[in-house]
Amino acid sequence: MKRDSGWPECPIPKSDCENILLAHGSGGRMMHQLIDRIFVEAFGTAELREAHDGAVLQPGSKRIAFTTDSYVVDPIFFPGGDIGTLAVNGTVNDLAMCGARPMYLSTGFIIEEGLAVEDLWRVAKSMRDSADSAGIRIVTGDTKVVERGKCDKLFINSAGVGVVEHDLDIGPSSIRTGDKIIINGDIGRHGIAVMSEREGLSFQSDIESDCAPLAKAVLRMLDAGIEVHCLRDLTRGGLATSLVEISQTSGYNLRLNESSIPVRDDVRGACEFLGLDPMYVANEGRFVTFVPGDNSDEAMEIINSESPDTSSSVIGSVGEKSGALVLIQSIIGAERIVEMLSGEQLPRIC
Amino acid sequence: MKFIDEYRDPDLARKYVREIERVAKGSWNIMEVCGGQTHAIVRYGIDSALPRGVTLLHGPGCPVCVTPVETIDKALELASHDNVTFCSFGDMLRVPGSTKDLLSVRAEGGDVRIVYSPLDSLKIARENPDREVVFFGIGFETTAPTTAMTVLQAKRFGLSNFSVLTALVLIPPAIESILDSPLTRVNAFLAPGHVCTVTGFREYERLSEKYGVPIVVTGFEAVDLLQGILMSLRQLENSEARTENQYGRAVQIDGNTAARKLMDDVFEVIDRKWRGFGTIPSSGYGLSGDYSEFDAEKRFGLTDRVAEESTECISAQILQGIKKPSDCPAFGVTCTPEKPLGATMVSNEGACNAYYRYRSRAKSKSTLGKGGEK
Repeated sequence: MKRDSGWPECPIPKSDCENILLAHGSGGRMMHQLIDRIFVEAFGTAELREAHDGAVLQPGSKRIAFTTDSYVVDPIFFPGGDIGTLAVNGTVNDLAMCGARPMYLSTGFIIEEGLAVEDLWRVAKSMRDSADSAGIRIVTGDTKVVERGKCDKLFINSAGVGVVEHDLDIGPSSIRTGDKIIINGDIGRHGIAVMSEREGLSFQSDIESDCAPLAKAVLRMLDAGIEVHCLRDLTRGGLATSLVEISQTSGYNLRLNESSIPVRDDVRGACEFLGLDPMYVANEGRFVTFVPGDNSDEAMEIINSESPDTSSSVIGSVGEKSGALVLIQSIIGAERIVEMLSGEQLPRIC
Repeated sequence: MKFIDEYRDPDLARKYVREIERVAKGSWNIMEVCGGQTHAIVRYGIDSALPRGVTLLHGPGCPVCVTPVETIDKALELASHDNVTFCSFGDMLRVPGSTKDLLSVRAEGGDVRIVYSPLDSLKIARENPDREVVFFGIGFETTAPTTAMTVLQAKRFGLSNFSVLTALVLIPPAIESILDSPLTRVNAFLAPGHVCTVTGFREYERLSEKYGVPIVVTGFEAVDLLQGILMSLRQLENSEARTENQYGRAVQIDGNTAARKLMDDVFEVIDRKWRGFGTIPSSGYGLSGDYSEFDAEKRFGLTDRVAEESTECISAQILQGIKKPSDCPAFGVTCTPEKPLGATMVSNEGACNAYYRYRSRAKSKSTLGKGGEK
């Protein structure tokens, strides 16, 4: 049914959900539905339909990558980083996942009335440090201050532009049967570090966020001539959700080995205690790389030399093109499917 | 990680699978009572590793699943009050009442908060003396002691802005209800380890004796569950019916006596309605007379109500071990974790949710074992 304006009715029926829920932003299935049915539907651009971390465009003779992300983390300071390090590294990493060399960054600040100026200075300094170490320049920005209660201390949006200097088509559609799936380190640290600082969750831990720029490792792999088929950084929704996205976009089954997925003991302990599955816990410095089997050793060597505090592992491989499932082998040898995070990951009762 | 890795040891797990294959001769249905056990069984694929004749039935031990719609509706009503801060464990937020869930109430502006411990809600009450703080006290005997402690402390502090909507339920009466049903197919039970950590297992010994049914108090890791299944099968094959304790590293026969005394003090045993079962006599805890001032239903004058459940949903039969999630035509079609028809699809510990998360929806229908001669 068309309205006078020529627009169809809202594509999400009221019976599904009348209001936006937090789960619509948790990186799982509900967020994907929201993006597909509202934004992709309304904007209609081909680049959006690719559902990649950023868009790869060719305005002239060179290809560029363009991406944006908003940061609303609470608390704004957490073990291993702050909202500023996230706002730089998160966007740098989205560019890196397109195989692009990060060049320029914009930042938009939405500041709640009453924020300590000293806190803003700390965030700005860590943004500068992160930008320097990622080799990106912050070239434009915007500042808005809103009344107390209209935002939570500080929200940051950043957009990034990078140049694509290779001829590969990096993305889910390039993966092939037999490709190895490499992860650059242990999972779940960022999510647990942030949770340990949240009000009402008073457990003590020494777990620091894994927040880190990933571009150098990716660019070195590309420079070394490694045939990178797909890259994806693991953020909200965790490893599981990213792999399910890749499997569903590509149509291939992905087969994982549970015991080869690295999780640090302290993170595992916190997850056991909180009733969370580390496969769904957020990361900010982890990515998966899909490469042909004979490239995997060299790729891991490069990745390891760029991330000194952790080490990479092959966690599985690409199976046949049918079903589009992520399958994991349990310790007793049975196979189960891995699903996307459904709604928020809520703490269990017992 | 100590006390976890040993119980996830692949070699040991495979050894137990082989021993189960050697021991199991008859056709047996074993019910794991607790949702945490169901979750682990499906996650590790333990049921698919068992010999053909051994079938696991998924029991009612998921507190989210058995909380009746009427109670959820009461929670929704309280959470919608302007002056109420409603505190709940996380997984209750997504459980649908008659019209909506607590997450929707929060999205509409209700002050709904997730707490990890009931004591956190007491802290909120002390910090916000001008607001009524209500804790949603659901769960089995595992969560009951901390709820009891919270009420006790509220009385000690003389807090007048704190109350509890209680929906606490007890496991042994539910087992008894399953055994009394003419439809029951259960030959043995894996009793919930965490509940027994609090209660001990003398009551389960009484059930073994009365109904001639083997019960094994069992833990939650792959090796625990396989060992519990093996112990049950040994009894079944030898026509024995005792209560045994597989979870010795946590459970003692008399449980946690301090916690039990606290519960006896703060609660009284009452009849309670269970989703899927109806009212089971003496199957729940309500606040005892000395603590009735903290009863949210009384404070807010909530009245009893009757709610309609989805006619499509077969969770009632699933919770009683009569059917499996894969027997439901709505499973994965009109019933998914985003749009659940019943509570077994909502909670992490619900059987439907576990099947949805870990199993291919294309898998063929389950066939229940025929059950033994008992």
